[in-house]
Amino acid sequence: MKLTGAEIVCESLIEEGVDVLFGLPGGAILPFYGALPKYSELKHILVRHEQAAAMAADGYARSTGKVGVCTATSGPGATNLVTGITAAQMDSVPIVAITGQVSRPAIGKDAFQETDVTGITLPVTKHNYLVMNTDEIATAIKEAFHIARTGRPGPVLVDIPRDVLTETCEYIYPVNIDLPGYKPKMEASEEEINEAVQLINDAKKPVIIAGHGALISHAHNEVIELAEKCQIPVITTLLGISTLPTDHFLNLGMPGMHGMAYASIAIEESDTLIALGMRFDDRVTGKLEAFAPNARVLHVDIDPSELGKNIKPHVGIQGDLKTVLNQLIPAVDNNINVDWMNRIEQLRSEHPSLNIRETSELLPQYVLKELAKETNQEAIIVTGVGQHQMWAAQFCEFSYPNSWVTSGGLGTMGFEVPAALGAKVGQPDKAVWSIAGDGGFQMTFPELATAVENNIDVKFAILNNNNLGMVKQLQDLSYDSEYTATQYAGNPDFVKIAEAYGITGIRVTDKAEVSSAIQTAINTPGPVIVEFIVRQEENVYPFIPSGQTVNDMIEEPQPEIKV
Amino acid sequence: MTTDRLHTIVALVEDKPGVLTRIAGLFRRRGFNIASLTVGKSEQPGLSRMTCVVDGSPDIVIQATRQLDKLIDVRGVCDITEEKIIARELALIKVQSTPDTRSDIIQIAQMFRAHIVDVGTDSIVVEVTGSEDKIAALQDLLNPYTVIQMMRTGRVAMTRGNNKEV
Repeated sequence: MKLTGAEIVCESLIEEGVDVLFGLPGGAILPFYGALPKYSELKHILVRHEQAAAMAADGYARSTGKVGVCTATSGPGATNLVTGITAAQMDSVPIVAITGQVSRPAIGKDAFQETDVTGITLPVTKHNYLVMNTDEIATAIKEAFHIARTGRPGPVLVDIPRDVLTETCEYIYPVNIDLPGYKPKMEASEEEINEAVQLINDAKKPVIIAGHGALISHAHNEVIELAEKCQIPVITTLLGISTLPTDHFLNLGMPGMHGMAYASIAIEESDTLIALGMRFDDRVTGKLEAFAPNARVLHVDIDPSELGKNIKPHVGIQGDLKTVLNQLIPAVDNNINVDWMNRIEQLRSEHPSLNIRETSELLPQYVLKELAKETNQEAIIVTGVGQHQMWAAQFCEFSYPNSWVTSGGLGTMGFEVPAALGAKVGQPDKAVWSIAGDGGFQMTFPELATAVENNIDVKFAILNNNNLGMVKQLQDLSYDSEYTATQYAGNPDFVKIAEAYGITGIRVTDKAEVSSAIQTAINTPGPVIVEFIVRQEENVYPFIPSGQTVNDMIEEPQPEIKV
Repeated sequence: MTTDRLHTIVALVEDKPGVLTRIAGLFRRRGFNIASLTVGKSEQPGLSRMTCVVDGSPDIVIQATRQLDKLIDVRGVCDITEEKIIARELALIKVQSTPDTRSDIIQIAQMFRAHIVDVGTDSIVVEVTGSEDKIAALQDLLNPYTVIQMMRTGRVAMTRGNNKEV
């Protein structure tokens, strides 16, 4: 059957199980949009800015585990995707971006809306393609999906010139993948398992740190199984949150810069670190030389370049976490270190990092605690980056895997709005809350139109402190509170913005109104904005300044403790 | 153990557009120091062989090889520094010459088993193959005659014996 390149793209997407894509058209990608109506299986969600297409695809992928798809035209359309693609790369999220390119004869001539997109995205994609012949489209798309979703997932971009989309060729979807240079190792060797078992069995003060890999590999049950069998406390990195329920008795929460004090101290005191699908990010480790000084390290990751990149493991295993844990769990002893568990409980009670002080003021921590309560810990929480993100990581509660979506590695403000749309599209039966600061919300709120147009029922909470709060916090602590360019004097009226989009907007200024406002939002069908006017001076604690150690941790500034 | 030294890394890579950019870009953004990088066709159609000389500690070089190996277009990577290897570089050196100096230059070239590949009225081009040290030594001897231009390929290397590293 002869098809146009554009039709081949659609057929290939359907073959890969795609049912929704996020995009915005333009000249070079128009042949694809011309073919799209013929394929009712493919629902296209029109965004207002291409960065939202990439971030929505990202949110969709994180909440479902499937590959998210975004489309954009050449030039500015494609360059607008770059931030979203980079966020997906940093956080190992499988997305496929399909971009139009100028026609082949115009490539290299600085044609209208021409950009070297494969060149630009080279360092921020797992792989990318410039497809120069129509009969290569199907293979490129098949490979793109395979590469995006397997191994350590990541974004793959497929750039297709306009005339490649309009030419026809015989269409056969390839059955096999032929990528000799790409064969992710899944299993651990017997020797590796033996070494790992020895390390765990010898441990007197073990700690598990589970990262995004635990969720990506669907290894959440195995992580819990290992932890319960050996009674090992589990610390989750920012992206590992929701691997195990917040209220699980072995869950020690997040470590590091704004992590729980008891989690960071437990790492400091531990003799054995079991690092599962995580990469020892600087926000986790602080000063590398001082991190976990007494611990022997078992590191399991699908990406061999992570083993020894930041921390040199005593046992490093390249493999799929779920597979490796299933090899490991039956082999470890179920010896329980009672003294260590007692010490952990002591740390929890001596360093209560989650106390919210009594005050009549509206505190952001209180809002998030109430939100978790009112949503029965069943909502998918999507955040941007900054103070609101750290408070959400600390105070929101989670009961199932992948109910936490946040831009970790890249730290992308504005991610929360489009990513929440993607998450809701992927998980229509779950409640989805986008948690934003006033800064991040203003980066992407035009996507409210996308939510309204497609009736995507996301609730948007804004913790409004009229500041770029996290930056202001750094200015408080390192720049003598010299607030350069962090205070907003001209913020819009967010309730009126809700009105402008024809949706409900609620402003909360009083602590007493918090839970009822959340309930109103929950009970109002469709998108709702709830703006919380929170205390401006509030900072995030605990805090370990960048590049420092657990001994430098500021748990809470003294004048603030007025319990 | 952690001292920096030059490592010879060989790789088998897909002969596709952009492969060199991917590799060079990777080295640049990860901050690896490369002393030389050469790529050319291999014995297998569609595949190229690459020799890369990296300056760094063993940890850095392991990291570099693993990052390289992650590239989809890279079939395999091997650090052959500790192996028995043949490593060669080719250089073209253009030297100023006069009727008086020409025979001296030719004689020096012969001592290095170098070839004279071009002779003009006032210049000679010498082609030499060998280790970096040998080329440097030849250059030292030719410098007094004034080297107009020098072009070096960078190291190409393979292990001795009947096996393939990658």
